[in-house]
Amino acid sequence: MIDKIKSSKSKTLEEISNAISPFVNKEDYVLEFKKGNYQLFLNKPLFIKIVKAFKENENLKFNQFIDLTAVDYPNKKNRFEMVYIFLSVEFNIRIILKFFINEDDAVESLTNLFPSANWYEREVWDLFGIVFNNHPDLRRLLTDYGFIGHPLRKDFPLSGNVEVKYDLNAKKVVYEPLNLTQSFREFEFESPWKGQNLDSNNE
Amino acid sequence: MNEKQIKNLTLNFGPQHPAAHGVLRLVLEMDGEVVERADPHIGLLHRGTEKLIENKTYLQAMPYFDRLDYVSPMVQEHAFVLAAEQLLNLNIPERALWIRVLFDEITRILNHALQIGAQGLDLGATTPFLWLFEEREKLMSFYEAVSGARLHAAYYRIGGVHQDIPDQTLEEIFNWSNGFNKIINDIEGLLDENRIFKQRTVDIGVVSKKEALDWGFTGPMLRGSGVVWDIRKHEPYAVYDKVEFDIPIGKNGDCYDRYLIRMEEMKQSLKIIKQVLDKIPKGDVIVDNPRISPPKRNNMKSSMESLISHFKLYTEGVRVPEGSIYKAVEAPKGEFGVFLVSDGSNKPYRCKIRAPGFAHLQGLDFMTKGHQLADLVACIATMDVVFGEIDR
Repeated sequence: MIDKIKSSKSKTLEEISNAISPFVNKEDYVLEFKKGNYQLFLNKPLFIKIVKAFKENENLKFNQFIDLTAVDYPNKKNRFEMVYIFLSVEFNIRIILKFFINEDDAVESLTNLFPSANWYEREVWDLFGIVFNNHPDLRRLLTDYGFIGHPLRKDFPLSGNVEVKYDLNAKKVVYEPLNLTQSFREFEFESPWKGQNLDSNNE
Repeated sequence: MNEKQIKNLTLNFGPQHPAAHGVLRLVLEMDGEVVERADPHIGLLHRGTEKLIENKTYLQAMPYFDRLDYVSPMVQEHAFVLAAEQLLNLNIPERALWIRVLFDEITRILNHALQIGAQGLDLGATTPFLWLFEEREKLMSFYEAVSGARLHAAYYRIGGVHQDIPDQTLEEIFNWSNGFNKIINDIEGLLDENRIFKQRTVDIGVVSKKEALDWGFTGPMLRGSGVVWDIRKHEPYAVYDKVEFDIPIGKNGDCYDRYLIRMEEMKQSLKIIKQVLDKIPKGDVIVDNPRISPPKRNNMKSSMESLISHFKLYTEGVRVPEGSIYKAVEAPKGEFGVFLVSDGSNKPYRCKIRAPGFAHLQGLDFMTKGHQLADLVACIATMDVVFGEIDR
């Protein structure tokens, strides 16, 4: 049973495109196999039906929600890239689903399909400020109660905006604006020289 | 008839509770002794690892992985270096791969030893904890022998491992592995048929196959429910395809099954360690590429180019080609994955860490519903939560 062979690449690619074909036009997605994972890029965030199809398709069975994250590209028109990773334990395949959304777009929550999406979506809301529609309980997860800002956005400073100290009079820990005795020193070591392109072991 | 208003009791469990395994704050809704709802509040150990990694070179980012799940450091380094190596398209020397497998398995025993010991302690058995911690001490001395640090090893490097492992250390590991079987047998003798231990774990925290998949469980939590899934077998990395081992599977999905699985996994790890000691080849331990690995110490004494190369490597660091990748390893707790995005510079553009404990802790609510408060402790212990990785 363990020696279940990874189903052949082309066959799985065909399976996946068959599974999603009722929901997206051919020109709206790119499907590829790269570095051991299947990747599906969508032009539009219309993915909930696709995920449902993935989960219920008998030949794919992506029934495990592995990870959800976002990548922030402040200079792009659509700022955030959403990354969903699903795993099919039965067929031993992974798929990474990606699409871009605008800063003020909301994404449909997957909590009805995968209960485990709950915390992952809360985390993305907390760290990126991306809102999920129909999420049962969209509270902050990792940062402190009453935290302001979304730390993993590229425009959030590494040092943060506030610091904590123990206030002797109030007898409790209080927040106050950050006051660094020495400003954060960012060294840029990257060499401006562009030598020949020395890829792998050919030096 | 007088009607009495009955209200559920809200109980705050942790963050400073000995059975909370670190800084878990649970807000419990209790109906007498029975848990109605458990709402874990996490993030008390949030250090912003992912943000910090975005601001460090690849080499500087690597030691952060030791500090995530601090009871199984090297396995997590493995996930990170694997991801970076795949983006760089490197071929790693054979010996380095074997050393990685050796230390991944040592780490697995380190982790399970703590888990079983702590679970016993939570349920009232003190002895296994003491015996297993003695073994952990010995294993950490192997960490120290190769990396100089007992816990935060920072031993793996992009392209291999930092230093070669001395023959004497291999011999010491061999001697240790011969004695460890006896310890496992002793622990089994203490716990396997122990009446109290069984009463506290059998049929407690039952997870069905469907629930385990729905909630994204991995590792022993998934195998405990009878799903055959082990990344070492299914997506072999390093040299896991060249060693023989079995995957233990549970039947009932309760805390006792998961305990048995962890015991068996320790035996299988021992088996792998012996095979590695048998088969480990001689040779380099890191790729010979000045863009990736530092020059040899001897060369640096006489060759200017080597000195420059060393300096450049430790200031500028490795430049990783543009692209993104998800790479997962079978950490002792489950699937530990790294989603790495590179923009072609010397720092990761984004590094998302997929911690197994994060998904497991999320399932605490459904696992403990209707259980007694004391069983909640068994459930937390069986999940093997470590807050370094959950809060990141």
